[in-house]
Amino acid sequence: MDAYIEQAGLGNILEKVKGGERLSLADGATLYRHPNILALGYLANIVRERKNGNQAFFIYNQHVNYSNICINLCKFCAFGKEKGHALAYEMTLEEVKDKVRQRLDEPISEVHIVGGLHPELPFSYYIDMLRGIKEVRPEVHIQAFTCVEIHHLAQMAGLSVEQTLRQLIDAGLGSMPGGGAEVFSPRIRQATCEKKLSGEGWIEVAKTAHRVGLKTNATMLYGHIETIEERLEHFDALRRAQDETDGFLAFIPLAFHPKNTAMAEHANTTGINDLKNIAVSRLMLDNFPHIKAYWVMIGPKMAQVALAFGADDMDGTVKEEVITHMAGAETEQALGHKTLIRLIQEAGRQPVQRDTLYNVLATY
Amino acid sequence: MLQTTIAKIESGQRIDGEEFLCLAQQASLHQLGFLAHAVRMRLHPEPLVTYVIDRNINYTDVCMSACKFCAFFKAPEEGNGGVLTQAELAQKIAETQALGGTQILLQGGLHPDLSLEFYEDMLRFMKATGIHIHGFSPPEIVHFSKISGCSVTTVIKRLMAAGLDSIPGGGAEILSNRVRRELAPNKCDADQWIEVMATAHGLGLRTTATMMFGHIETLAERLEHLQRVRDLQDRTGGFTAFIPWSFQPDHTPLAAARAIDKTTAISYLRMLALSRIFLDNVPNIQASWVTQGPKIAQLSLFFGANDFGSTMIEENVVAAAGVRFRLSEEEIRRLVTDAGFTPRQRLMDYTLV
Repeated sequence: MDAYIEQAGLGNILEKVKGGERLSLADGATLYRHPNILALGYLANIVRERKNGNQAFFIYNQHVNYSNICINLCKFCAFGKEKGHALAYEMTLEEVKDKVRQRLDEPISEVHIVGGLHPELPFSYYIDMLRGIKEVRPEVHIQAFTCVEIHHLAQMAGLSVEQTLRQLIDAGLGSMPGGGAEVFSPRIRQATCEKKLSGEGWIEVAKTAHRVGLKTNATMLYGHIETIEERLEHFDALRRAQDETDGFLAFIPLAFHPKNTAMAEHANTTGINDLKNIAVSRLMLDNFPHIKAYWVMIGPKMAQVALAFGADDMDGTVKEEVITHMAGAETEQALGHKTLIRLIQEAGRQPVQRDTLYNVLATY
Repeated sequence: MLQTTIAKIESGQRIDGEEFLCLAQQASLHQLGFLAHAVRMRLHPEPLVTYVIDRNINYTDVCMSACKFCAFFKAPEEGNGGVLTQAELAQKIAETQALGGTQILLQGGLHPDLSLEFYEDMLRFMKATGIHIHGFSPPEIVHFSKISGCSVTTVIKRLMAAGLDSIPGGGAEILSNRVRRELAPNKCDADQWIEVMATAHGLGLRTTATMMFGHIETLAERLEHLQRVRDLQDRTGGFTAFIPWSFQPDHTPLAAARAIDKTTAISYLRMLALSRIFLDNVPNIQASWVTQGPKIAQLSLFFGANDFGSTMIEENVVAAAGVRFRLSEEEIRRLVTDAGFTPRQRLMDYTLV
């Protein structure tokens, strides 16, 4: 099949990929602009199989979105609401615990927590939430609070980011999700989320988390006003941070869902664009162990196909996902365990149920 | 054998059934994509992707066939099915023409009481609008032959005289009599399906061919299907396009009776690519956005498809099985352009508009 890649004018990149050589940003631009998605998939699959063999990971997890009240109100978001808005909500600690309690009979290994930047909830709310979940389900891993939330919590607490993280870890925080990265470019943040923590700020929180021993993920929201160069600069910033700390587990490209947002004039991402971001991120982020195809965002069909285009993880069974569905995602809210396993098997991969830190819990 | 099969395809040679099975069992998704895309680009060197603006009209949902994979039909004895009136037909055609539509895909159930004259009247009425009528799949033609006592040839001639322009490839399901006996025993068998198409081609009608896979059929039966289509095409050259799509199980008696897993996207893409590779004499392969959704349909353009099918202003049969994707012409054009191809509206015979 190498002949197809050479015919496609990508022989040079093929050689680098095979030799394990780092791709330049110019290589990344060549890939993004290349018309043949099959060629990109083939190249990305080389890296994917070198790092993860034939395994495809999934996790049994539960999402808790504790509040949608948010002082940032980013234009691409359909989830965040001002306090007092008819659709605004915040869960009491008892409600959060109830959510976890209701599913104690399921083999959930991770509780995944993300919320808005609430103007009033005290730092103790977050500490108590973590402790409360651990009371109800002591063995569960809690992956909670994006870099943006952590920065906000630090301000609410009047503590440094490092002190904030240490207190959260004491209360039960196990790792951090990768949200809030959006696109790091100041131009994009100015235009779409001017109140949000800057790209440098986001990277700084992530690196601090890594230094205090937390693993975290990273994301990129694509399919709105960002340019190819801005995506590549985003990858470059992540790649450099990872060289320093080695604390990122997975990169997750997130497809923009315009419905119900202040940017509703945009179209949904196409399948080709979804796969390009999976494939190019796999090729550029050579120091990230995992690339996740988040099926809630791109649908189970594309997530399955992505397993041949660079992705090695399909995320999880995900119940009660709110953020993407408020933006009009038409995907199912939960995929059964069995369905995930079958999707992976039909893709010719080995299903591996993992925990948050990619320890193998079961293979099928 | 895999390497020699690949080399054969790359040099433009036809593969046989054994080589098809080897490819189906051993080739990776990437390999199938590269091969199918190469075949597609050899047959269609210009980077065009075509589509037709049309509407499905299902003139009746009353059907005595009772196929186990169908969620659309109403059994005659249930008494809750209907037949469209001429006023309803006229309105649907007017709406289609207002949207730039050029054809109607006209299909219905096997109604026990309607006569051949009814269908002739319907065609004459519809044809007065000037629209292209792509109508009556082989099971319907065979049914008309039975109720009228006329031969298939006579039925097709009479329908042509009344305005029929071409025949859709529906009701092919899997062209294997083992599968048909089990799932659709009241429907025309595989030999009759082929015979109707051969007759139609002989009378100068162009037709398409479909395949509904992903239920009880084996890989060998899929091959049997493709082989029959390819053999007939060698004889007549009358097929314009091949349209494979996957069984949609929701609300069907078949899925209620036994556990059938819905075909996944990767299995669809593999079958699409295998079809493009094996059917070297069928000029066009259609993506099925109706069953696969816009994202996988777009990706299909790199797995052998050179046609986006139709805008389907109305579609009822797949929708009855719980799958309701909708695409406007504008959206089809955007998806095609985004994939690096030029979208072009076409007619049933693939001439460009």
